[in-house]
Amino acid sequence: MRRTSTRNRKRRTVAVTAALLAAALSLAACGGSDNKNGGSGGSSPSASGGGSGLKLPKLNGQTLEVAAVWTGAEQDNFMKVMDEFKKRTGAKIDFVPTGNNTSTFLGTKIQGGQPPDVAFLPQVGVLHQFADKGWLKPLGADAKAQLTKNFSKGWVDLGAWKGTQYGVYAKAANKSLVWYNTKAFDAAGIKDTPKTWKDFLTTAQTLSDAGSPAVSIGGADGWTLTDWFENVYLSQAGPEKYDQLAAHKIKWTDPSVKDALTTLAQLWGKNDLIAGGTKGALNTEFPKSVTQTFSGDTPAAMVFEGDFVAANINGDTKAKLGTDAKVFPFPAVGSQPPVVSGGDVAVALKGGQGAQALLTFLASTDAAQIWAAQGGILSPNKEMDMSSYKDAITRQIAQQLLAAGDSFRFDMSDQAPAAFGGTAGIGEWKDLQDFLRDPKNIAGTQQKLEADAAKAYGAG
Amino acid sequence: MTSVAKATGGAGALPTPAAKPRKSVTGTRLWVAVLFLLPAFVLLGALVVYPIGYSVWRSLYGAGGSDFVGLKNYGDIFSDSRTLTAVRNTAIWVAVAPAVVTALGLIFAVMTERVRWGTAFKLIVFMPMAISMLAAGIIFRLVYEQDPSLGAANAVAKSIHDTFVSSSVYPDARPNATASDLKPSGGGSFTTTKTVHAGTPVMLPLVGIAPNRLPGNPENAKAASGSGITGTVWLDFKLGGGGTKGKVDPGEKALKGVKVEAVKDGKVVASAKSGADGTFTLPAKAEGAQVRLPASNFSAPYSGIDWLGPTLVTPAIIGAYVWMWAGFAMVLIAAGLAGVDRNLLEAARVDGANEWQVFRRVTVPLLAPVLVVVLVTLMINVMKVFDLVYIIAPQPSQDDANVLALQLFLSSFGGGGNEGVGSAIGVILLLLVLPVMWVNIRRLRRERQR
Repeated sequence: MRRTSTRNRKRRTVAVTAALLAAALSLAACGGSDNKNGGSGGSSPSASGGGSGLKLPKLNGQTLEVAAVWTGAEQDNFMKVMDEFKKRTGAKIDFVPTGNNTSTFLGTKIQGGQPPDVAFLPQVGVLHQFADKGWLKPLGADAKAQLTKNFSKGWVDLGAWKGTQYGVYAKAANKSLVWYNTKAFDAAGIKDTPKTWKDFLTTAQTLSDAGSPAVSIGGADGWTLTDWFENVYLSQAGPEKYDQLAAHKIKWTDPSVKDALTTLAQLWGKNDLIAGGTKGALNTEFPKSVTQTFSGDTPAAMVFEGDFVAANINGDTKAKLGTDAKVFPFPAVGSQPPVVSGGDVAVALKGGQGAQALLTFLASTDAAQIWAAQGGILSPNKEMDMSSYKDAITRQIAQQLLAAGDSFRFDMSDQAPAAFGGTAGIGEWKDLQDFLRDPKNIAGTQQKLEADAAKAYGAG
Repeated sequence: MTSVAKATGGAGALPTPAAKPRKSVTGTRLWVAVLFLLPAFVLLGALVVYPIGYSVWRSLYGAGGSDFVGLKNYGDIFSDSRTLTAVRNTAIWVAVAPAVVTALGLIFAVMTERVRWGTAFKLIVFMPMAISMLAAGIIFRLVYEQDPSLGAANAVAKSIHDTFVSSSVYPDARPNATASDLKPSGGGSFTTTKTVHAGTPVMLPLVGIAPNRLPGNPENAKAASGSGITGTVWLDFKLGGGGTKGKVDPGEKALKGVKVEAVKDGKVVASAKSGADGTFTLPAKAEGAQVRLPASNFSAPYSGIDWLGPTLVTPAIIGAYVWMWAGFAMVLIAAGLAGVDRNLLEAARVDGANEWQVFRRVTVPLLAPVLVVVLVTLMINVMKVFDLVYIIAPQPSQDDANVLALQLFLSSFGGGGNEGVGSAIGVILLLLVLPVMWVNIRRLRRERQR
């Protein structure tokens, strides 16, 4: 399952860092939050229900099953949040790992008549699909109240389908980040991080002139390339077009796609600017694209990907976040810099008080703060105390995500049918890899993307 | 994958019915025989016959499993370019891999008979068989790694290449595009657009190398002066940036040993090498010529062979397969060789045949039955090859390395989720294995009659 688990690999690496960070920060986090909540609770925030107006029923003796893709440290971090829930309600939580293919796992469970009470779905598409099949229970009034209080409309609406609210986006990812090697920037004498695509290209050129490979691209993994495209497209064509393309209401042969590919080709077409050239990029998997930016003889200067890059930097290199490795938002191609996000949505698969209470808790600021303090996650919760995040970089990334308000967009390839946007070696992944191999072939790439999309959405 | 396994399993089970007609030989009653055969029948039916039947039935339905589409899935297979590549590659595999493995096995078997440490050699050649396909795949993924410092194959290729061709000193350097008159002039060389004249030094600023990564201990660059035809080649970038582009700023390093040619009408009239301070002087006859930096200054270091690129990926994976299975072929053939009558070989030698003739005319014909067994077994094995391809081929060239069994898996479970098409490929694989099976069974039967 090597190739199909690329998404999971991200998770695994995140888990590794999370473990490292959790160990280092658990003490600090506890100490810090004592002060924060001292006013309302008098003791540490996990000891008693905070002052957020959160009311949870007593569920003594009940057992709730929660299914999600997390394993290892990521699961442990989540269970810390669940421990708090247990403390407040008395309900026992059983965690069920779903494995790579969450929708298949849950589908068989549901059809077998034994769904978990609550499940975390990694893709919006799956939420829509499950809702259409009638497998999801609508959100109760308490959970909705927490949701509207703590989340911006964009995140609330992502968990809804056809007018009914089903889910809570308790965990988010920010996929519009460029991580850079501060030493390379210093050597090239670059003081300011680029704000626009044009600056970005100039910066890359300067870095390359200074002798560092400017941009590291993990082209052997197709999903990094779809993320490149999504950021450029969202910023250049705007959110409306983005939504239309995500739903395949406009074709991939649309002029806006041509513009985005042309923009990408300004970078992908220049061997000098890419670490190892395009051929090298196509042989570079995502983890290597990070390690070759922050370690080795001639490290690359910049690497683009989401917040989970932090995990790879911590786990696989000696670079220190915040000093050796820093991050800036993806440059604006159009008028606004893009914010492309991902995330896991919690939904109830069973009726009853327990599942709703859990969703209510997950939508609360208390849960978000405990979870954020473990590290490795971003919360779209706008009311939570930002100082819960254990390091400045994560805080910066979370703030960037929240600052986007409702103009952020969910990862397009995660919205598409898996055969187009989620499978190694075919569909968008493969077509963009071919484009990276031959960035002059814009029209041909568009036609191939459209042909593959038509097939996948048609079968959808 | 399941239907492949079952398809071949089904083939292996076929000899069983042949046992049936002999029931009366021992005089047992029909119902006793049936009773004893029943467990086998039930198991075979449930695990072999039913899955085959179900795969055939399923191949007539669409992705959902409830919409009857007739033979459309089969039509899709033969109109999809990816599946067609898979068919082509499977054909290459079947044609090449078993033949190479058998040939190697034969050579090893015959050779090991003659050396003293034959058993040890056999043991080593056979060892890869003890490794799982998955592990072998991971090993060869590393062997074929592009970076010569990681991949064994390219490390060898590079060391051979570097013995014959020396690489340049400044492989990554290039003219500063914004501040220099040097323009690419084909083949990796750069030429000035203007001509040189005595008394006006030529500025040749290069960039693209980190100042702290220059080889040796470079001096600071000096702007050339004097009345002759002079110039400076230097690294127009210092640590931390700054300075004026195109001008020799203090602290910028000289590039020593760069070859500079003076070109008139495409002909080299003079050449010079830059000194330790980056300056060079051309003789007077270069007056009015263009200055060219030949490609030899910048030729990139040899990066090895692109083993896992689109063109070489299938041969590379077949190489891994051969490594695994040569031992298997060798052991079977060596066993066959042990049964060959030595007198025949001796007789041939006495009759004046040389060793090659003995091998070609006596040993190989005597071994023919064993060779056929090995070939047929390997052919069946090769048709369902999956793990090696799935693991060794990197994502961008997975399509180019595709084989039927892998395509079966990808269409069924790889995100397309179309088990109808997957079943159809499974059925096609079964049909392809059948003729080989038939040959095998016929041979077995003939042997039994002997």
